[in-house]
Amino acid sequence: MPLASVVVTGIGIISPLGNSLQELMEGLRGGHSGVRIIPSLEKIGGLRPRLGAVVTGVDEKEIPRKFRRSMSAMSVFAYLASQQALKMADYPEGQLGSGALGVIIGSTLGSTTTSENFFKDFFLDYSLERMKTGLFFQMMGHSCAANVAQSLGITGRVLAPSAACATSCQAVGYAYEQIALGRQEAILCGGADEFHPLTVATFDIMHAASTAFNLQPDAAPRPFDKRRDGMVCGEGSGILLLESKASARKRGARILAEVAGFATTSDTSSIANPDVGAMVTCMRLAMEDAGCSVEEIDYVNAHATGTVQGDNAEAEAIRQLFGDRVPVSSLKGHLGHTMAASGTIELAGSIGMLQHQELIATRNLERIDENCAGINCFQRTHAQPLKIVLKNNFALGGINSTIILRGYQND
Amino acid sequence: MTEQEVMELIDSSLAEEFELERAEMIPEANLYEDLGLDSLDTVDMVIVLEGAFNFKIREEEAIREIRTLGDIHRFVLSKVKQHS
Repeated sequence: MPLASVVVTGIGIISPLGNSLQELMEGLRGGHSGVRIIPSLEKIGGLRPRLGAVVTGVDEKEIPRKFRRSMSAMSVFAYLASQQALKMADYPEGQLGSGALGVIIGSTLGSTTTSENFFKDFFLDYSLERMKTGLFFQMMGHSCAANVAQSLGITGRVLAPSAACATSCQAVGYAYEQIALGRQEAILCGGADEFHPLTVATFDIMHAASTAFNLQPDAAPRPFDKRRDGMVCGEGSGILLLESKASARKRGARILAEVAGFATTSDTSSIANPDVGAMVTCMRLAMEDAGCSVEEIDYVNAHATGTVQGDNAEAEAIRQLFGDRVPVSSLKGHLGHTMAASGTIELAGSIGMLQHQELIATRNLERIDENCAGINCFQRTHAQPLKIVLKNNFALGGINSTIILRGYQND
Repeated sequence: MTEQEVMELIDSSLAEEFELERAEMIPEANLYEDLGLDSLDTVDMVIVLEGAFNFKIREEEAIREIRTLGDIHRFVLSKVKQHS
């Protein structure tokens, strides 16, 4: 059976750098930082980081109460980003309930904020009598995907991959495969997460969260930099509308890029620490899937979160495959780590680079760490012809994922 | 509490929970057709009223007969009288 070509026709963004693709690209190209001091972190006993990359300017009241009552912040972000993606693609409203459109949107967890609020009340007297009906719908693992499908009336497949930082990269990959197989004509795919101190603490206890720049928010995180000291946790949602090329052409939709390849693998060397060989394998498999060679990759959008160990391993994996030929950057210096949303927000940034034919440099990369040497970590945003981009996301739990994007010239 | 105070507490609690316009909250208003509530909302309505009046009503048969805001007023007023 011939596989269908899969393209991106819509992008929705709710991010620390703004709440549209345009705002995201302005922030990235302008070298802005979405990181700020989060005063409430001071109140958490034992927590050392003080920074976060949070979303501002979202009005959840624009969502009808009937849909909003089952949404925590992450579903609000996913819904608003999904709406943007459909609008950008000019996707016909009449098609939403046709069964041809699916939803694949994941998050790291169900809503931790909702869980916290519930248990705070529950522990007062161990009573469940004050529990409202919206609780479960905010805490369930497929909260974002189900809320998006319900509120937009989407009747195709609904899936919710959950793989921490690799979640939305996997969501795009699975959507690409299902469309290629002809199981769905189009899929809204991506990830969403909401900021909570528990996420910050998770990385803090593993000494993977930045603390040295607590008073200098725009100086962290610092992917590949000599002075990097960990990631900055963030939130948001990135949603792509993937569609078969045939469907996009039939509707006369503007194609933004082509999803050319995908791989996801399990790194069983450790549940927490990355293995260079496993990263190399994942990237190699994605290139094989795309039918492209190492020589054809024009740019690598790294996962690089700004942790010492993770950046070292990814730089070495990239060096083994590409040497110092291929330009490499990470967008987490601008955005922090938006967790389950990071894959799609950064893929959106990469699509923006393909469209502008411009490479965006890693923010806060001042002096390249010698342990990350041997790869082309360019330090200035600059124009460059681009055709094929490789995007990595590597997650706790040993989940690796890579997407290959190809630029697209509309007629 | 006077009857007026009881009805005001009912209306203000429900208006806050379900984001209702006070002008629409007339006694004849049907909870489903006029105020736009659904079955999940009615479960939450019981929890809101239990919290506001500090009584337990979820097992009451009479709740199932409630259709209008006026029905809620009458039901809650009778419960409040029983407890006073």
